[in-house]
Amino acid sequence: MAKPFEPKITAFVCNWCTYAGADLTGTSRIKYQPNIRIIRLPCTGRIDFMLLQKAFARGADGIIVSGCHPNDCHYSSGNYHARRRWMVFNDLMEFMGVDGRRVTFSWVSAAEGTKWAALVNEVTDAVRQLGPYTEYQRLIGAGVA
Amino acid sequence: MEALRTKAKELLAQGEVQVVIGYEAGTAGVRRPCFVRTAESAIRLVWDTNCIGNLAGYLTRPEIKRFGKPAIVANNAVLRSLLQLVAERQLQQDAVLALAVAQDGVVTELPTAQAVEDYLAISPGGLSAADREKMEHLAQLSREERWTFWQRELERCIKCYACRSSCPMCYCGHCTMDCNRPQWVSVPSHALGNLEYHTVRAMHLAGRCVQCGECGRACPVGIPIHLLTCYAEESVHRQFGQQAGTRAKLDYALGAFRPDDKESFIR
Repeated sequence: MAKPFEPKITAFVCNWCTYAGADLTGTSRIKYQPNIRIIRLPCTGRIDFMLLQKAFARGADGIIVSGCHPNDCHYSSGNYHARRRWMVFNDLMEFMGVDGRRVTFSWVSAAEGTKWAALVNEVTDAVRQLGPYTEYQRLIGAGVA
Repeated sequence: MEALRTKAKELLAQGEVQVVIGYEAGTAGVRRPCFVRTAESAIRLVWDTNCIGNLAGYLTRPEIKRFGKPAIVANNAVLRSLLQLVAERQLQQDAVLALAVAQDGVVTELPTAQAVEDYLAISPGGLSAADREKMEHLAQLSREERWTFWQRELERCIKCYACRSSCPMCYCGHCTMDCNRPQWVSVPSHALGNLEYHTVRAMHLAGRCVQCGECGRACPVGIPIHLLTCYAEESVHRQFGQQAGTRAKLDYALGAFRPDDKESFIR
């Protein structure tokens, strides 16, 4: 019997806010869906769009990108730079026909453990509804990822 | 055309410039780049409506820089490239003498970036009407249709990198495409690598593309790739209110920020 589809979600988070926020979720014993693979980076300013491409190329069905709220960056301006890059990347993805519903950008602070749990649950449910990202995954078979 | 030849001859004879970068007759009516270094050979230069290639890419090439101070035969696309190269500190304000040629053949000497800026303020140019129409047509399609469109286009890409070579803004000594530790984009031309390559190219040109369309013309398999870079550029223009190739002093849009940048998709 085939197993029901469970989405793979990759989360790129910054070390100082969202990672700590996710930590808080855990220490607060808040349960959320286990479909997520968290990748910790120093800062959202470090989250290159090429990392997102790589996640899709390795079979991710959904992506979460999250970091400190504006004005809260540990390095003072990393998230502002990231925001500009996302604004253009989001636009370009739309123009190239990449499914924008599979990438979620968010700000989650170190105190927002409940927001993190809610976000992950919401994204996981939404991507489960959408099903596997076959459009993109079909490309993987065409060559070496 | 005569005015251009006379001007080039004069400049080279007086030693004001050591090379004039311009167009000469190629085969079958095609115009190809030429590098005139002596007053006698200024006769090779031609100017007509077929001179559409963007020559500005040569200005940052070491083998051309070696010739000495250049003058460049310039249409509006070349002038915009020139400004952007100055803005990105790849050229000094007065390192290049631009010879702007109008439709009627009148040559205007533009010795500094400021002069280029003033000249362009009168006739800016930009995306052609046909490209504008194509872009608007694409924007009206559904997301799935756009995906199919680009997949069909990009699957023809042979990764020859002609787009990169022809782009006046692609002057990096070491390109992400050539980086293999990590291998960001896989080398062979297949659907996934092609999509990744063209996304990277568009993103790296967002806020820097002067919309000359040279990459689209250079593409041997005829993919309208310039639409991607032009779209990224317009996205920057729309959201951050600045346009590449309009000012000699311009901060890189993605290297700067405003605390009140407005977006609607971050939760």
